[in-house]
Amino acid sequence: MFFQKDIETLPRKKIEEIQLERLKYIVDYCIKNVPFYAKRLGEAGVTAEKIKSLSDIQYIPYTNKSDIRDNYPYGLFAQPLKNIVRIHASSGTTGKPTVVGYTKNDINNWSDCVARLCMAVGVTDEDVAQISFGYGLFTGALGLHYGLEKIGCSVIPISSGNTEKQAMILKDFGASVLVSTPSYAMYMSEVAHEMGITNDELNLRIGLFGSEGCTNELRDKIEKGFGLFSTDNYGMSELMGPGVSGECQYRCGLHFAEDHFLPEIIDSTTGERKGEGEFGELVITTLTKEGIPMLRYRTKDITKLTYDACKCGRTHARMDKVSGRSDDMLKIRGVNVFPSQIESVMANIEGISPHYELVLTRKNYTDYLEVRIELTDAELLVDYGKLDALRQLAVNKLKTVLGISAKVVLVAPKSIKRYEGKAKRIVDLRNQSEN
Amino acid sequence: MAIKQLSIFVENKKGSLVEIYETLSHAQVDIRAMSIADTQDFGILRLIVSDAEKAAEALKQAHCIVSVTDVIGVAINDQAGSLAKVVRLLTDNDVNIEYMYAFITVSKQYAYVVFRVADNDAATALLETNGVKLVTEDDIRNL
Repeated sequence: MFFQKDIETLPRKKIEEIQLERLKYIVDYCIKNVPFYAKRLGEAGVTAEKIKSLSDIQYIPYTNKSDIRDNYPYGLFAQPLKNIVRIHASSGTTGKPTVVGYTKNDINNWSDCVARLCMAVGVTDEDVAQISFGYGLFTGALGLHYGLEKIGCSVIPISSGNTEKQAMILKDFGASVLVSTPSYAMYMSEVAHEMGITNDELNLRIGLFGSEGCTNELRDKIEKGFGLFSTDNYGMSELMGPGVSGECQYRCGLHFAEDHFLPEIIDSTTGERKGEGEFGELVITTLTKEGIPMLRYRTKDITKLTYDACKCGRTHARMDKVSGRSDDMLKIRGVNVFPSQIESVMANIEGISPHYELVLTRKNYTDYLEVRIELTDAELLVDYGKLDALRQLAVNKLKTVLGISAKVVLVAPKSIKRYEGKAKRIVDLRNQSEN
Repeated sequence: MAIKQLSIFVENKKGSLVEIYETLSHAQVDIRAMSIADTQDFGILRLIVSDAEKAAEALKQAHCIVSVTDVIGVAINDQAGSLAKVVRLLTDNDVNIEYMYAFITVSKQYAYVVFRVADNDAATALLETNGVKLVTEDDIRNL
């Protein structure tokens, strides 16, 4: 199903024409309205007139998260607050939050983008959507909220937390669509089942998961546990929020809204541009945003692009599920490790829960990785051999996938923390003083 | 004529055992026999209790991993050599003992022992034919 079929299935050539026209426009708009860009682009000698083709985008300097922070709070806004109707901010895990503003047009375009990805998995105006993202400065909840409302769904803005009540409402209100982080969906299904609610009593059919990475293996487990079909969507507040890209029912990559966002892939170390199909850091230029336009914003997310039309008929570029943020990558004994690699290993092992925790320590200048997993299969208690075999299996699989040895610790069920939003599965103790 | 044994996963950290014993205490379950062995990170606690079903239910509610398995309980005369005789009998008949432990409960006449073997039925038949007194679920409830 499509929300804006004409736009979503434009021929490639037509998309590029629109993008070129809008790129010229947004460069000019930035120079005229944002002193920061006027200075940056002036130094680089870039003007709208100099952009003759899409590849000329390479002359535009990159914008980083630190640029937004350095201009805290409103320095990068291209419109006076009079024209800004909404302000969001990203969690300031490192220092001040990054603040973004939306005009009426921005909110309208944003909800279009979200409506597209919701309808791409089959959400209709008949659906009842429970939004279990935390409402607030975070863009996830309101982003999905406006998109789903635009389609005509009955939206339940329950926000996150109070999981037993979430499960009760899921059942009593007959919610058919669940919006949450994958970790929270997993936790919610666990709680619902503990309360004696079976999947048959639920009306759930679609999960719109986002705001954190999730491997296919873990997704399959969540779907089986909750009896639903889920898609992944992608976005960040700096660019707009969720809706930058999203999966369709075939789940073969996330479709960009390319009429609003121009994606590129670069080598995150050298800054060189990479071609179609090559992995690298995703860089996005917003083509229509008025409140806080972004020119070549470095997302730190690692993925690759394809421009082939999808089976679903959509023609806009697709990106792979984000395999990891360049920020999330762990260097353990000199080896690059993405937590998602560990997650896919663990999700394939029987007898343990999908919850896990990674603990990194350093002793005598050597890094140690400990993976904590919850035992769920009581049958293994028959003898030590079986428990030990489970642990050894996990150790061997990790060694194969990561190339380094990890210690695997079996812990009691429910002893690993559950999350109502983004899960924090990594405890890095390496920079603490050694005792 | 097997009896029910609980096997409980115990994480090697402060408070794990207390939680288990307090859960059993609240459920008003008496412990008859007990064995625990540990590796560096975890242990398996094995218990014979007055009411295995009730205990398992209470422990599951408390988020413990519990399995209930059949084991053989034997009552032997509380005098030197009795245990050796039973173990000799099992050995001579190729019944392999995976693990065993003794009851905490004291009686004037008998000592009680738990055996875990691969084939409960065969071992039970063997012991019965040779006049060894076996412990039943009823015995355990009333001990």
